[in-house]
Amino acid sequence: MTDQVILQIEGVTKRFGGLVAVNQVSFEIREGEILGLIGPNGAGKTTLFNVINGVYAPDEGRVIFRGEVISGLPSYEVARKGIARAHQVVRPLNELTVLENVVVGAAYGRRNLPLGEAARVADEVLEFVGLAPKRHLLAGKLNVAEKKRLEMARALAAQPYLILLDEVLAGLNPGEVAAMLDVVRQIRERGITILMIEHLMHAVMNVSDRIVVLDYGSKIAMGTPQEVANDPKVIEAYLGDPKMAQHLLEEQGENEEGGADGHS
Amino acid sequence: MKRLKAPALWTILAAVAVAGIWPLLNRSATLREDMFLILMFVTLASSLNILLGYTGYVNFGHIVFFGLGGYIGFYLISQQGWHLIPAALAAALVTTLLAALMGGAVLRLRGAYFALATLGINEATRAFVTNFKPFGEATGLSLHFSRYQEYGGPASALWFTYALLVIVTLVTLLVSYLVKTSKFGLGLMAIREDEDAAMVLGIHAPRAKTIAFALSAFFPAIVGTLFFFKNGNIEPGDAFRLHMSIEGIVMIMLGGFGTVTGPVIGSAVYERLRGYLLTTPLFKDLQLFFAGMLLLIIILFVPSGFIGWLRERSARLREVLQ
Amino acid sequence: MPPPDVILASVLDGLLLGFVYGLAAMGLTLIWGVMEVINLAHGPVITLGMFGLFFLFQELGLHPYLALPLVVVGGLLLGLLIYGVAVHRVLDAPHLSTLLATFSVNMMIIGLGTAAFTTTPRNVDFSLGAVEIGPLRLLGTRVVAALAAVLFTLALYAFLYRTRTGKMVRAVANNRAAAELMGIPSTRILALSFGIGTLLATGAGGLIATLFPFNIFTGGVYELKSFVICVLGGLGNPTGALLGGIILGFIEGFIPPFLPVGWTPVIEFVLFVVILLIRPSGLLGAR
Ligand SMILES: Nc1ncnc2c1ncn2[C@@H]1O[C@H](COP(=O)(O)OP(=O)(O)O)[C@@H](O)[C@H]1O
Ligand SMILES: [Mg+2]
Repeated sequence: MTDQVILQIEGVTKRFGGLVAVNQVSFEIREGEILGLIGPNGAGKTTLFNVINGVYAPDEGRVIFRGEVISGLPSYEVARKGIARAHQVVRPLNELTVLENVVVGAAYGRRNLPLGEAARVADEVLEFVGLAPKRHLLAGKLNVAEKKRLEMARALAAQPYLILLDEVLAGLNPGEVAAMLDVVRQIRERGITILMIEHLMHAVMNVSDRIVVLDYGSKIAMGTPQEVANDPKVIEAYLGDPKMAQHLLEEQGENEEGGADGHS
Repeated sequence: MKRLKAPALWTILAAVAVAGIWPLLNRSATLREDMFLILMFVTLASSLNILLGYTGYVNFGHIVFFGLGGYIGFYLISQQGWHLIPAALAAALVTTLLAALMGGAVLRLRGAYFALATLGINEATRAFVTNFKPFGEATGLSLHFSRYQEYGGPASALWFTYALLVIVTLVTLLVSYLVKTSKFGLGLMAIREDEDAAMVLGIHAPRAKTIAFALSAFFPAIVGTLFFFKNGNIEPGDAFRLHMSIEGIVMIMLGGFGTVTGPVIGSAVYERLRGYLLTTPLFKDLQLFFAGMLLLIIILFVPSGFIGWLRERSARLREVLQ
Repeated sequence: MPPPDVILASVLDGLLLGFVYGLAAMGLTLIWGVMEVINLAHGPVITLGMFGLFFLFQELGLHPYLALPLVVVGGLLLGLLIYGVAVHRVLDAPHLSTLLATFSVNMMIIGLGTAAFTTTPRNVDFSLGAVEIGPLRLLGTRVVAALAAVLFTLALYAFLYRTRTGKMVRAVANNRAAAELMGIPSTRILALSFGIGTLLATGAGGLIATLFPFNIFTGGVYELKSFVICVLGGLGNPTGALLGGIILGFIEGFIPPFLPVGWTPVIEFVLFVVILLIRPSGLLGAR
């Protein structure tokens, strides 16, 4: 991890009619870092992703990526600049094969590769996420865990500088979670910066360098996993879900163990 | 180019070329007329397939390109004294340009709204042409007999037009195949599957859709010029027949949506079937009824069409049959 | 500039017709509103309404306005049949499937109709004379047709808002999945909605038959008008359809005194495309 800032979110606000989904949020991500984004359901996390990658323009504020203002650009231009995304609700291109899905990611991603080269990248990425045996299956025929991997593979194939992962662990069984976390760590080894939304507390606490907490659209805390887990405001935000608060506290311990491996 | 080594492409091109040249060898005028219709529908359906099958936008007004191109070409030939070939090319270029301009606006609509808008464009154009003096208003334009002299008399003009159609059909199929197997085509298919996701993946959807729309306008415009030149007259009712637009869609569905071969097989089968129904006394009056029933059966039971059905059988077939 | 009474007469004529156009469009818009299907068999169904009225009048000697209720009952049954055979199975498939499925019904009706009735024009030979108001002369059949269209609309609203079944139709239109969770038999409601849509279309067809000569293809013209109207009023909105019909009728009455009549469709369809582009929810719809 370097100290170079790769993405700056500056006072971003996004409204839907009267609802303020994201409210004056500011933070930054450093190159090579894994930043966890957490918060109760409906906190505005996915909406913030949508603002970052150009699905929505922010109503206020701006997003700066590698020194360039990208807020307001359409999503395809943001993708070309080197931000890729795995969606929370998987969006496979159903009638295309797994391979073709990933080739799209590679061909139209940051490096804008011709088809032949894109296919090579896609093969490599499919191998990496473990989908290689399914390469000729139609994407619509995959099961949920495989579709999540496909989301990830497509984003990776774009060879982005920054990858946005939206709840890629949701709905997976413990074995699949462990495998996916491995993939996440390896992505970072490749030098890709990661911004990940996650509900599974122990996982996100374990893997993130720093964590940002959103609640009702506003940033209520930011810091290392320990700092965040001990923050009374964060615990209060999760009080609507007392079990969640409990989890947070419990898993802090796990995280300290995890920290001992000295990943980073 | 590795893509050009695909056997499936050459098989279909060879098949169409052989079928196309057959009447030329036989010198049979009836055969030629039959083949003219089939080849015309192959180009109409294949070009429509670029937008409908690859990009997933349901265009009900595809025939507007045929009609408009036909009118422009016919006008250039009959009123300005142009030769058929430059007239057809000019018609195609103008129509493509208009499509590009229109596409930029209408392609913002999705689903049924887009389908309705294309229908509206066809009807608006038809209504406009019906009132447009240079295009002969409601009566249309016709070609003086003597204009065929330039081509060695009416008979050889017809053969000449037909030969051009064979070439145009082959080119259309080649383009359809090249689009389908290109990076651009992959982008179109991504748009078809999920436009927003495609944009997040980096595909400039507004531009890609507009190019697909414009490209799909080029060949029908040429074919329109050839068809009406062959007929010797053009009028709004024949040029902008909504029914023909939808028949084009039916042919695509019959053969296989989004495949290169599908529209060829669909057009040939549909045209032959119609010919058979029309010439069989028992079915003659009911041909439309049977065609409708066939369509319904396909929609309900084989929605991916004949080629689509084959492609679903195995990954190998999926690769061979583009 | 034509004299004002010529313009007024033409506009009034157009407005009266507009109610009937609106009725036809209401059938289309109801089906879209409930199940997001654009019924491409709409035109032929209108035509069948025309022929239904024609035969009841001609062969059985029924008074046209007594024949009308029979025609619309036939329309309802026809709609149930179309829904069951062609629409239900593809309801959740992509739009192209429902468009083509209903278009196949269009082809079948036109095919059978051409064989059975040929394409010669028919005419319901029936007149109510004319109402004279000052210099204006309104044809009785047109006035009755407009009134009947209003009655149909009122009946539709009474059904949708006052009856249990009507409320179920609205619930299904609003959110089918939620309605099913509440125990509403959605298949039956969808079929009924489709039937009511075709009922309205045949009703409009029957009324039009008392005004103009027609043949098997005539319904197609009104289908296109219905599209224009639905877009004017907002797809899925029955009141919008009636208002859209009146606007279209106004345009058709207002333009001819000023421009050759052939320009009317140009203006209509350009308007149609423009409204789709700038306000796809219709002039009345919320953005
Ligand atoms: N397209 C939209 N239109 C209207 N409201 C939306 C839209 N997208 C999200 N919202 C609302 O914004 C809020 C934040 O949603 P979201 O960003 O999905 O939350 P999270 O991902 O944190 O669970 C929620 O109240 C949600 O209902
Ligand atoms: Mg979310």
